[in-house]
Amino acid sequence: MKHIKTVETKNLCTKNGGCGECQTSCQSACKTSCGIANQKCENKSKK
Amino acid sequence: MIHQYKLGGYNIVLDICSGSVHAVDDIAYDIIAMFESAAKTDILRTVGEKYIGTAIDGETVTAADIEECYDAVVSLRDAGKLFTPDTYESMAGELKQKTAGVVKALCLHIAHTCNLNCSYCFASQGKYSGERGVMSFEVGRRALDFLIENSGTRHNLEVDFFGGEPLLNFDVVKQLVAYARSIEKQHNKNFRFTLTTNGMLIDDDVIDFANRECVNVVLSLDGRREIHDRFRVDYAGNGSWERIVPKFQKLVAARGGKDYYMRGTFTHANPDFLEDIKVMLDLGFTELSMEPVVCAPGDSAELTADDMVIVKEQYEKLAELMLERRREGRPFTFYHYMIDLKGGPCIYKRISGCGSGTEYMAVTPWGDLYPCHQFVGDEKFKLGNVFDGVSNTAIQSEFAECNVYAREDCRDCWARLYCSGGCAANAYHATGSVTGVYRSGCELFKKRMECAIMLEVAKEFEECE
Repeated sequence: MKHIKTVETKNLCTKNGGCGECQTSCQSACKTSCGIANQKCENKSKK
Repeated sequence: MIHQYKLGGYNIVLDICSGSVHAVDDIAYDIIAMFESAAKTDILRTVGEKYIGTAIDGETVTAADIEECYDAVVSLRDAGKLFTPDTYESMAGELKQKTAGVVKALCLHIAHTCNLNCSYCFASQGKYSGERGVMSFEVGRRALDFLIENSGTRHNLEVDFFGGEPLLNFDVVKQLVAYARSIEKQHNKNFRFTLTTNGMLIDDDVIDFANRECVNVVLSLDGRREIHDRFRVDYAGNGSWERIVPKFQKLVAARGGKDYYMRGTFTHANPDFLEDIKVMLDLGFTELSMEPVVCAPGDSAELTADDMVIVKEQYEKLAELMLERRREGRPFTFYHYMIDLKGGPCIYKRISGCGSGTEYMAVTPWGDLYPCHQFVGDEKFKLGNVFDGVSNTAIQSEFAECNVYAREDCRDCWARLYCSGGCAANAYHATGSVTGVYRSGCELFKKRMECAIMLEVAKEFEECE
Protein backbone atom coordinates (compact mmCIF):
# COMPACT_ATOMS: atom_id res chain seq x y z
CA MET A 1 0.00 0.00 0.00
CA LYS A 2 1.55 3.30 -1.13
CA HIS A 3 0.58 5.97 1.37
CA ILE A 4 2.60 8.98 0.29
CA LYS A 5 3.49 10.38 -3.10
CA THR A 6 6.05 13.15 -2.94
CA VAL A 7 5.90 15.70 -5.73
CA GLU A 8 9.28 16.80 -7.06
CA THR A 9 10.05 20.27 -5.76
CA LYS A 10 12.96 22.65 -5.76
CA ASN A 11 15.39 22.42 -2.88
CA LEU A 12 14.78 25.82 -1.35
CA CYS A 13 18.04 26.14 0.46
CA THR A 14 20.39 27.25 -2.29
CA LYS A 15 23.83 28.16 -1.04
CA ASN A 16 24.73 30.91 -3.47
CA GLY A 17 22.84 33.67 -1.72
CA GLY A 18 20.45 34.38 -4.56
CA CYS A 19 21.50 36.02 -7.80
CA GLY A 20 18.69 38.59 -7.91
CA GLU A 21 18.07 38.30 -11.66
CA CYS A 22 14.43 37.33 -11.15
CA GLN A 23 11.55 39.71 -11.71
CA THR A 24 10.49 41.94 -8.88
CA SER A 25 7.34 40.72 -7.25
CA CYS A 26 4.83 43.25 -8.45
CA GLN A 27 6.13 43.69 -11.95
CA SER A 28 3.69 41.64 -13.92
CA ALA A 29 -0.02 41.16 -13.80
CA CYS A 30 -1.19 41.84 -10.31
CA LYS A 31 -0.02 45.27 -9.15
CA THR A 32 -2.21 45.01 -6.08
CA SER A 33 -1.75 41.64 -4.40
CA CYS A 34 1.70 40.29 -5.00
CA GLY A 35 3.27 37.09 -3.86
CA ILE A 36 6.48 35.46 -4.93
CA ALA A 37 5.32 31.89 -5.47
CA ASN A 38 4.50 32.38 -9.13
CA GLN A 39 7.83 33.86 -10.09
CA LYS A 40 10.47 32.12 -12.11
CA CYS A 41 14.04 31.59 -11.02
CA GLU A 42 16.30 33.18 -13.62
CA ASN A 43 19.62 32.06 -12.24
CA LYS A 44 21.44 30.82 -15.31
CA SER A 45 24.21 29.20 -13.27
CA LYS A 46 21.94 27.33 -10.89
CA LYS A 47 22.97 23.87 -9.95
CA MET B 1 5.99 23.46 10.09
CA ILE B 2 3.52 21.62 7.91
CA HIS B 3 0.20 22.57 6.36
CA GLN B 4 -2.43 19.95 5.57
CA TYR B 5 -5.55 20.38 3.49
CA LYS B 6 -7.99 18.46 1.33
CA LEU B 7 -8.92 19.79 -2.07
CA GLY B 8 -9.89 18.46 -5.46
CA GLY B 9 -10.01 14.90 -4.14
CA TYR B 10 -6.42 15.06 -2.87
CA ASN B 11 -5.00 15.04 0.66
CA ILE B 12 -2.11 17.45 0.47
CA VAL B 13 0.69 18.02 2.97
CA LEU B 14 3.11 20.90 2.56
CA ASP B 15 6.39 20.93 4.41
CA ILE B 16 6.86 24.65 4.58
CA CYS B 17 10.57 25.05 5.15
CA SER B 18 11.80 22.43 2.69
CA GLY B 19 9.15 23.35 0.11
CA SER B 20 8.20 19.68 -0.17
CA VAL B 21 4.71 18.75 -1.35
CA HIS B 22 3.19 15.38 -0.56
CA ALA B 23 -0.06 13.81 -1.73
CA VAL B 24 -1.07 11.29 0.91
CA ASP B 25 -3.81 8.79 1.67
CA ASP B 26 -6.16 9.16 4.64
CA ILE B 27 -3.96 7.05 6.91
CA ALA B 28 -0.85 9.13 6.27
CA TYR B 29 -2.91 12.32 6.55
CA ASP B 30 -4.03 11.37 10.06
CA ILE B 31 -0.61 10.12 11.15
CA ILE B 32 1.03 13.35 10.02
CA ALA B 33 -1.62 15.40 11.82
CA MET B 34 -0.77 13.67 15.12
CA PHE B 35 2.94 13.14 14.56
CA GLU B 36 4.36 16.05 16.51
CA SER B 37 1.91 15.96 19.39
CA ALA B 38 1.49 12.26 20.23
CA ALA B 39 3.65 9.22 20.95
CA LYS B 40 4.06 6.51 18.33
CA THR B 41 1.97 3.99 20.28
CA ASP B 42 -0.88 6.48 20.65
CA ILE B 43 -0.77 7.33 16.95
CA LEU B 44 -0.76 3.68 15.88
CA ARG B 45 -3.64 2.89 18.22
CA THR B 46 -5.80 5.88 17.24
CA VAL B 47 -5.22 5.55 13.50
CA GLY B 48 -5.51 1.76 13.72
CA GLU B 49 -8.91 1.99 15.42
CA LYS B 50 -10.11 4.18 12.59
CA TYR B 51 -8.73 2.30 9.59
CA ILE B 52 -7.83 -1.37 10.33
CA GLY B 53 -10.30 -3.56 8.49
CA THR B 54 -11.52 -0.79 6.20
CA ALA B 55 -10.77 -0.76 2.49
CA ILE B 56 -8.58 1.87 0.88
CA ASP B 57 -8.08 1.68 -2.89
CA GLY B 58 -9.56 -1.82 -2.85
CA GLU B 59 -7.14 -3.14 -0.21
CA THR B 60 -8.04 -4.02 3.38
CA VAL B 61 -5.95 -2.03 5.82
CA THR B 62 -3.90 -4.02 8.35
CA ALA B 63 -1.93 -3.04 11.45
CA ALA B 64 1.22 -3.57 9.39
CA ASP B 65 0.00 -1.00 6.87
CA ILE B 66 -0.42 1.58 9.62
CA GLU B 67 3.05 0.92 11.00
CA GLU B 68 4.58 0.98 7.51
CA CYS B 69 2.95 4.34 6.91
CA TYR B 70 4.24 5.67 10.22
CA ASP B 71 7.75 4.58 9.24
CA ALA B 72 7.38 6.35 5.88
CA VAL B 73 6.55 9.58 7.72
CA VAL B 74 9.63 9.12 9.94
CA SER B 75 11.77 8.58 6.83
CA LEU B 76 10.50 11.77 5.23
CA ARG B 77 11.18 13.70 8.42
CA ASP B 78 14.71 12.28 8.56
CA ALA B 79 15.23 13.16 4.89
CA GLY B 80 14.28 16.81 5.59
CA LYS B 81 10.96 16.63 3.76
CA LEU B 82 8.56 16.79 6.68
CA PHE B 83 8.56 18.89 9.86
CA THR B 84 11.65 20.74 8.66
CA PRO B 85 12.57 23.50 11.10
CA ASP B 86 12.81 27.11 9.95
CA THR B 87 16.50 27.98 9.88
CA TYR B 88 16.23 30.87 7.44
CA GLU B 89 15.76 33.89 9.68
CA SER B 90 19.44 34.82 9.82
CA MET B 91 19.47 34.90 6.01
CA ALA B 92 16.52 37.30 5.80
CA GLY B 93 18.43 40.52 5.29
CA GLU B 94 21.32 38.94 3.38
CA LEU B 95 20.08 39.23 -0.16
CA LYS B 96 18.95 42.81 0.34
CA GLN B 97 22.24 43.72 2.00
CA LYS B 98 24.20 42.12 -0.79
CA THR B 99 22.20 44.00 -3.38
CA ALA B 100 21.76 47.23 -1.40
CA GLY B 101 21.48 50.16 -3.74
CA VAL B 102 20.74 47.97 -6.74
CA VAL B 103 17.59 48.91 -8.62
CA LYS B 104 16.33 46.52 -11.23
CA ALA B 105 12.79 47.60 -11.97
CA LEU B 106 10.91 50.83 -12.41
CA CYS B 107 7.23 51.48 -12.80
CA LEU B 108 7.08 54.54 -15.03
CA HIS B 109 3.96 56.59 -14.47
CA ILE B 110 3.86 57.79 -18.03
CA ALA B 111 0.52 59.53 -17.58
CA HIS B 112 -1.19 60.67 -14.41
CA THR B 113 -4.40 61.01 -16.27
CA CYS B 114 -6.89 58.62 -17.75
CA ASN B 115 -9.54 58.47 -20.42
CA LEU B 116 -11.69 56.32 -18.15
CA ASN B 117 -13.23 57.35 -14.86
CA CYS B 118 -13.36 54.14 -12.85
CA SER B 119 -14.57 54.89 -9.34
CA TYR B 120 -12.79 51.86 -7.84
CA CYS B 121 -9.37 52.90 -9.20
CA PHE B 122 -6.67 52.77 -6.51
CA ALA B 123 -4.90 55.47 -8.52
CA SER B 124 -7.86 57.86 -8.20
CA GLN B 125 -8.58 57.86 -11.93
CA GLY B 126 -4.87 58.18 -12.63
CA LYS B 127 -4.29 61.30 -10.55
CA TYR B 128 -2.89 59.54 -7.48
CA SER B 129 -4.31 62.25 -5.22
CA GLY B 130 -2.39 64.90 -7.13
CA GLU B 131 -2.42 66.89 -10.31
CA ARG B 132 -2.94 65.45 -13.75
CA GLY B 133 0.19 65.33 -15.87
CA VAL B 134 2.22 63.32 -18.34
CA MET B 135 5.87 62.34 -18.25
CA SER B 136 8.17 64.20 -20.61
CA PHE B 137 10.75 62.34 -22.66
CA GLU B 138 13.48 64.11 -20.67
CA VAL B 139 12.17 62.82 -17.33
CA GLY B 140 11.64 59.33 -18.76
CA ARG B 141 15.11 59.26 -20.28
CA ARG B 142 16.61 60.32 -16.97
CA ALA B 143 14.62 57.53 -15.25
CA LEU B 144 16.09 54.95 -17.65
CA ASP B 145 19.60 56.36 -17.08
CA PHE B 146 18.97 56.24 -13.32
CA LEU B 147 17.97 52.60 -13.65
CA ILE B 148 21.09 51.69 -15.60
CA GLU B 149 23.35 53.65 -13.26
CA ASN B 150 21.88 51.92 -10.21
CA SER B 151 21.46 48.40 -11.55
CA GLY B 152 24.91 47.08 -10.68
CA THR B 153 25.59 43.80 -12.43
CA ARG B 154 21.89 43.04 -13.07
CA HIS B 155 21.42 42.18 -16.70
CA ASN B 156 17.63 42.15 -16.97
CA LEU B 157 15.97 45.47 -16.22
CA GLU B 158 12.20 45.68 -15.98
CA VAL B 159 10.23 48.76 -16.92
CA ASP B 160 6.46 49.07 -16.72
CA PHE B 161 4.61 51.71 -18.64
CA PHE B 162 1.86 52.46 -16.20
CA GLY B 163 -0.60 55.18 -15.40
CA GLY B 164 -3.29 56.38 -15.41
CA GLU B 165 -3.46 55.37 -19.01
CA PRO B 166 0.02 55.21 -20.58
CA LEU B 167 -1.28 55.31 -24.14
CA LEU B 168 -2.37 58.91 -23.51
CA ASN B 169 1.37 59.61 -23.74
CA PHE B 170 2.23 56.96 -26.33
CA ASP B 171 4.75 59.05 -28.25
CA VAL B 172 6.92 59.31 -25.16
CA VAL B 173 6.54 55.58 -24.54
CA LYS B 174 7.86 54.90 -28.04
CA GLN B 175 10.69 57.41 -27.66
CA LEU B 176 11.74 55.87 -24.36
CA VAL B 177 11.82 52.37 -25.77
CA ALA B 178 13.89 53.57 -28.71
CA TYR B 179 16.26 55.30 -26.31
CA ALA B 180 16.57 52.19 -24.11
CA ARG B 181 17.25 49.99 -27.11
CA SER B 182 19.94 52.41 -28.29
CA ILE B 183 21.91 52.17 -25.04
CA GLU B 184 21.20 48.73 -23.57
CA LYS B 185 23.93 46.81 -25.37
CA GLN B 186 26.72 49.20 -24.48
CA HIS B 187 25.76 48.79 -20.84
CA ASN B 188 25.26 45.00 -21.14
CA LYS B 189 21.61 45.32 -20.12
CA ASN B 190 18.39 43.86 -21.43
CA PHE B 191 15.30 46.01 -21.00
CA ARG B 192 12.03 44.17 -20.57
CA PHE B 193 9.06 46.40 -21.11
CA THR B 194 5.52 45.87 -19.93
CA LEU B 195 2.51 47.96 -20.90
CA THR B 196 -0.62 48.16 -18.78
CA THR B 197 -3.58 49.61 -20.65
CA ASN B 198 -7.32 50.03 -20.47
CA GLY B 199 -7.46 49.43 -24.22
CA MET B 200 -9.31 52.56 -25.27
CA LEU B 201 -6.49 53.83 -27.50
CA ILE B 202 -5.27 50.53 -28.94
CA ASP B 203 -4.82 50.75 -32.68
CA ASP B 204 -2.59 49.02 -35.24
CA ASP B 205 0.37 51.16 -34.27
CA VAL B 206 0.00 50.22 -30.60
CA ILE B 207 -0.47 46.56 -31.47
CA ASP B 208 2.64 46.53 -33.61
CA PHE B 209 4.64 48.33 -30.92
CA ALA B 210 3.41 46.19 -28.03
CA ASN B 211 4.02 42.95 -29.86
CA ARG B 212 7.48 44.00 -30.96
CA GLU B 213 8.76 45.65 -27.79
CA CYS B 214 6.83 44.45 -24.75
CA VAL B 215 7.51 41.12 -23.09
CA ASN B 216 4.10 41.43 -21.51
CA VAL B 217 0.98 43.51 -21.91
CA VAL B 218 -1.62 43.78 -19.20
CA LEU B 219 -5.09 44.45 -20.55
CA SER B 220 -7.78 45.63 -18.15
CA LEU B 221 -11.08 43.84 -18.55
CA ASP B 222 -13.43 42.93 -15.72
CA GLY B 223 -15.24 40.14 -17.55
CA ARG B 224 -19.01 40.33 -17.95
CA ARG B 225 -20.11 43.39 -19.82
CA GLU B 226 -22.45 44.60 -17.09
CA ILE B 227 -19.76 44.11 -14.44
CA HIS B 228 -17.10 45.85 -16.49
CA ASP B 229 -19.35 48.75 -17.41
CA ARG B 230 -20.46 49.27 -13.84
CA PHE B 231 -17.07 50.79 -12.95
CA ARG B 232 -15.04 51.13 -16.15
CA VAL B 233 -16.80 54.09 -17.70
CA ASP B 234 -15.67 57.16 -19.61
CA TYR B 235 -16.18 60.69 -18.34
CA ALA B 236 -19.63 60.76 -19.93
CA GLY B 237 -20.53 57.70 -17.91
CA ASN B 238 -20.59 55.32 -20.87
CA GLY B 239 -19.26 51.81 -20.40
CA SER B 240 -16.08 50.86 -22.26
CA TRP B 241 -16.59 47.09 -22.76
CA GLU B 242 -17.91 47.27 -26.30
CA ARG B 243 -15.12 49.56 -27.43
CA ILE B 244 -12.18 47.72 -25.92
CA VAL B 245 -13.00 44.03 -26.35
CA PRO B 246 -12.47 43.94 -30.15
CA LYS B 247 -9.21 45.85 -29.71
CA PHE B 248 -7.99 43.39 -27.10
CA GLN B 249 -8.95 40.47 -29.33
CA LYS B 250 -7.02 41.96 -32.23
CA LEU B 251 -3.95 42.65 -30.10
CA VAL B 252 -3.91 39.18 -28.56
CA ALA B 253 -4.44 37.49 -31.94
CA ALA B 254 -1.40 39.35 -33.25
CA ARG B 255 0.72 38.63 -30.19
CA GLY B 256 2.09 35.39 -31.58
CA GLY B 257 2.32 33.56 -28.30
CA LYS B 258 4.05 36.34 -26.38
CA ASP B 259 2.83 36.90 -22.83
CA TYR B 260 -0.20 38.95 -22.01
CA TYR B 261 -2.66 39.08 -19.16
CA MET B 262 -6.30 39.86 -19.33
CA ARG B 263 -6.51 41.45 -15.92
CA GLY B 264 -9.75 42.12 -14.13
CA THR B 265 -10.74 43.41 -10.74
CA PHE B 266 -13.53 41.90 -8.72
CA THR B 267 -15.44 43.88 -6.12
CA HIS B 268 -18.55 43.64 -3.97
CA ALA B 269 -20.44 43.77 -7.29
CA ASN B 270 -18.98 40.47 -8.50
CA PRO B 271 -17.59 38.18 -5.81
CA ASP B 272 -18.78 35.43 -8.20
CA PHE B 273 -15.87 36.37 -10.44
CA LEU B 274 -15.64 32.93 -12.03
CA GLU B 275 -18.47 34.07 -14.26
CA ASP B 276 -16.19 36.85 -15.48
CA ILE B 277 -13.38 34.41 -16.08
CA LYS B 278 -15.77 32.34 -18.20
CA VAL B 279 -16.67 35.39 -20.26
CA MET B 280 -12.98 36.09 -20.87
CA LEU B 281 -12.55 32.49 -22.02
CA ASP B 282 -15.57 32.76 -24.31
CA LEU B 283 -14.00 35.85 -25.84
CA GLY B 284 -10.93 33.77 -26.70
CA PHE B 285 -8.56 34.96 -23.96
CA THR B 286 -6.55 32.31 -22.12
CA GLU B 287 -3.98 34.21 -20.02
CA LEU B 288 -6.07 35.54 -17.18
CA SER B 289 -5.82 37.37 -13.91
CA MET B 290 -8.58 38.57 -11.62
CA GLU B 291 -7.61 40.61 -8.60
CA PRO B 292 -9.57 41.46 -5.48
CA VAL B 293 -10.28 45.19 -5.34
CA VAL B 294 -8.01 47.27 -3.15
CA CYS B 295 -9.94 50.23 -1.82
CA ALA B 296 -10.51 52.34 1.26
CA PRO B 297 -12.44 50.71 4.11
CA GLY B 298 -16.13 51.46 3.72
CA ASP B 299 -15.93 52.00 -0.04
CA SER B 300 -18.98 50.55 -1.80
CA ALA B 301 -16.69 48.32 -3.86
CA GLU B 302 -15.12 46.73 -0.76
CA LEU B 303 -15.52 42.97 -0.35
CA THR B 304 -17.65 42.12 2.68
CA ALA B 305 -17.20 39.13 4.99
CA ASP B 306 -19.99 37.36 3.08
CA ASP B 307 -18.24 38.16 -0.20
CA MET B 308 -15.02 36.63 1.11
CA VAL B 309 -16.78 33.30 1.65
CA ILE B 310 -18.05 33.39 -1.93
CA VAL B 311 -14.65 34.42 -3.30
CA LYS B 312 -12.91 31.50 -1.60
CA GLU B 313 -15.46 29.10 -3.08
CA GLN B 314 -14.91 30.73 -6.46
CA TYR B 315 -11.16 30.13 -6.23
CA GLU B 316 -11.84 26.42 -5.68
CA LYS B 317 -14.32 26.28 -8.54
CA LEU B 318 -11.83 28.08 -10.74
CA ALA B 319 -9.23 25.41 -9.97
CA GLU B 320 -11.81 22.72 -10.85
CA LEU B 321 -12.54 24.47 -14.14
CA MET B 322 -8.84 24.65 -14.93
CA LEU B 323 -8.47 20.93 -14.22
CA GLU B 324 -11.45 20.16 -16.43
CA ARG B 325 -10.22 22.32 -19.31
CA ARG B 326 -6.68 20.97 -19.02
CA ARG B 327 -8.01 17.43 -19.32
CA GLU B 328 -10.05 18.48 -22.35
CA GLY B 329 -6.96 19.94 -24.02
CA ARG B 330 -8.26 23.50 -23.64
CA PRO B 331 -6.02 24.83 -20.88
CA PHE B 332 -5.85 28.39 -19.67
CA THR B 333 -3.66 30.10 -17.15
CA PHE B 334 -4.60 32.10 -14.09
CA TYR B 335 -1.83 34.36 -12.90
CA HIS B 336 -2.08 33.42 -9.24
CA TYR B 337 -2.18 29.70 -9.96
CA MET B 338 1.07 29.76 -11.84
CA ILE B 339 3.49 28.04 -9.54
CA ASP B 340 6.62 26.21 -10.58
CA LEU B 341 7.38 23.77 -7.79
CA LYS B 342 10.54 22.54 -9.49
CA GLY B 343 11.98 25.88 -10.57
CA GLY B 344 10.39 28.66 -8.54
CA PRO B 345 12.16 31.31 -6.49
CA CYS B 346 15.07 30.47 -4.20
CA ILE B 347 14.89 30.85 -0.44
CA TYR B 348 16.57 34.27 -0.56
CA LYS B 349 13.80 35.59 -2.75
CA ARG B 350 11.15 33.93 -0.62
CA ILE B 351 12.25 35.66 2.56
CA SER B 352 13.25 39.01 1.10
CA GLY B 353 9.88 40.59 0.61
CA CYS B 354 8.63 42.11 -2.58
CA GLY B 355 11.51 44.50 -3.28
CA SER B 356 9.46 47.69 -3.24
CA GLY B 357 11.44 50.74 -2.24
CA THR B 358 14.76 49.06 -2.88
CA GLU B 359 15.01 47.11 -6.12
CA TYR B 360 11.65 48.32 -7.40
CA MET B 361 10.41 51.91 -7.43
CA ALA B 362 7.74 53.96 -9.12
CA VAL B 363 8.53 57.19 -10.97
CA THR B 364 5.95 59.95 -11.24
CA PRO B 365 5.55 62.07 -14.39
CA TRP B 366 7.75 64.68 -12.67
CA GLY B 367 10.53 62.22 -11.83
CA ASP B 368 9.77 61.67 -8.15
CA LEU B 369 10.60 58.24 -6.77
CA TYR B 370 8.22 56.27 -4.56
CA PRO B 371 8.60 52.76 -3.10
CA CYS B 372 5.96 51.42 -5.49
CA HIS B 373 3.02 52.54 -7.58
CA GLN B 374 0.63 52.12 -4.64
CA PHE B 375 2.51 54.68 -2.53
CA VAL B 376 2.59 57.34 -5.23
CA GLY B 377 0.91 60.53 -4.08
CA ASP B 378 1.58 59.90 -0.39
CA GLU B 379 4.21 62.57 0.14
CA LYS B 380 5.76 61.04 3.24
CA PHE B 381 6.83 58.03 1.17
CA LYS B 382 8.63 60.11 -1.45
CA LEU B 383 12.12 58.63 -1.68
CA GLY B 384 13.77 61.25 -3.87
CA ASN B 385 13.86 61.78 -7.60
CA VAL B 386 15.56 60.39 -10.68
CA PHE B 387 17.81 63.46 -10.96
CA ASP B 388 19.32 63.42 -7.49
CA GLY B 389 18.65 59.82 -6.50
CA VAL B 390 17.24 58.52 -3.22
CA SER B 391 17.47 61.10 -0.46
CA ASN B 392 14.89 59.80 2.00
CA THR B 393 17.06 57.01 3.34
CA ALA B 394 14.95 56.65 6.49
CA ILE B 395 11.95 55.52 4.47
CA GLN B 396 14.08 53.40 2.18
CA SER B 397 15.53 51.64 5.22
CA GLU B 398 12.03 50.76 6.38
CA PHE B 399 11.48 48.99 3.08
CA ALA B 400 14.95 47.41 3.08
CA GLU B 401 14.20 45.87 6.46
CA CYS B 402 10.74 44.77 5.41
CA ASN B 403 10.95 41.00 5.03
CA VAL B 404 8.89 38.03 6.05
CA TYR B 405 10.51 37.82 9.49
CA ALA B 406 9.88 41.52 10.13
CA ARG B 407 6.17 40.72 10.38
CA GLU B 408 5.40 39.06 13.69
CA ASP B 409 2.10 37.69 12.39
CA CYS B 410 3.82 35.91 9.52
CA ARG B 411 6.13 33.82 11.67
CA ASP B 412 3.54 31.13 12.32
CA CYS B 413 1.89 31.29 8.92
CA TRP B 414 2.31 28.32 6.60
CA ALA B 415 2.14 30.56 3.52
CA ARG B 416 5.04 32.83 4.48
CA LEU B 417 7.51 31.34 2.00
CA TYR B 418 4.95 31.62 -0.81
CA CYS B 419 4.02 35.27 -0.23
CA SER B 420 7.21 36.59 1.37
CA GLY B 421 5.17 38.69 3.76
CA GLY B 422 2.81 40.14 1.19
CA CYS B 423 2.25 43.61 -0.14
CA ALA B 424 3.73 46.50 1.88
CA ALA B 425 1.21 48.95 0.45
CA ASN B 426 -1.78 46.82 1.36
CA ALA B 427 -0.26 46.31 4.82
CA TYR B 428 0.24 50.04 5.25
CA HIS B 429 -3.23 50.97 4.10
CA ALA B 430 -4.80 48.33 6.35
CA THR B 431 -2.70 48.82 9.48
CA GLY B 432 -0.68 52.02 9.18
CA SER B 433 2.58 50.07 9.00
CA VAL B 434 4.45 48.56 6.05
CA THR B 435 5.27 45.63 8.32
CA GLY B 436 1.64 45.13 9.28
CA VAL B 437 -0.57 42.41 7.89
CA TYR B 438 -3.49 42.88 5.47
CA ARG B 439 -5.60 40.04 6.82
CA SER B 440 -8.24 39.71 4.14
CA GLY B 441 -5.47 39.69 1.53
CA CYS B 442 -3.76 36.89 3.48
CA GLU B 443 -6.94 34.82 3.59
CA LEU B 444 -7.35 35.01 -0.17
CA PHE B 445 -3.66 34.46 -0.84
CA LYS B 446 -3.68 31.26 1.20
CA LYS B 447 -6.70 29.96 -0.63
CA ARG B 448 -5.05 30.71 -3.96
CA MET B 449 -1.89 28.88 -2.93
CA GLU B 450 -3.87 25.82 -1.84
CA CYS B 451 -5.57 25.78 -5.23
CA ALA B 452 -2.36 26.38 -7.17
CA ILE B 453 -0.53 23.56 -5.41
CA MET B 454 -3.50 21.22 -5.82
CA LEU B 455 -3.36 21.84 -9.58
CA GLU B 456 0.32 20.87 -9.57
CA VAL B 457 -0.41 17.74 -7.54
CA ALA B 458 -3.17 16.82 -9.99
CA LYS B 459 -0.76 17.34 -12.89
CA GLU B 460 1.70 14.94 -11.25
CA PHE B 461 -1.01 12.26 -11.01
CA GLU B 462 -2.18 12.92 -14.58
CA GLU B 463 1.36 12.49 -15.86
CA CYS B 464 1.62 9.14 -14.06
CA GLU B 465 -1.58 7.84 -15.65
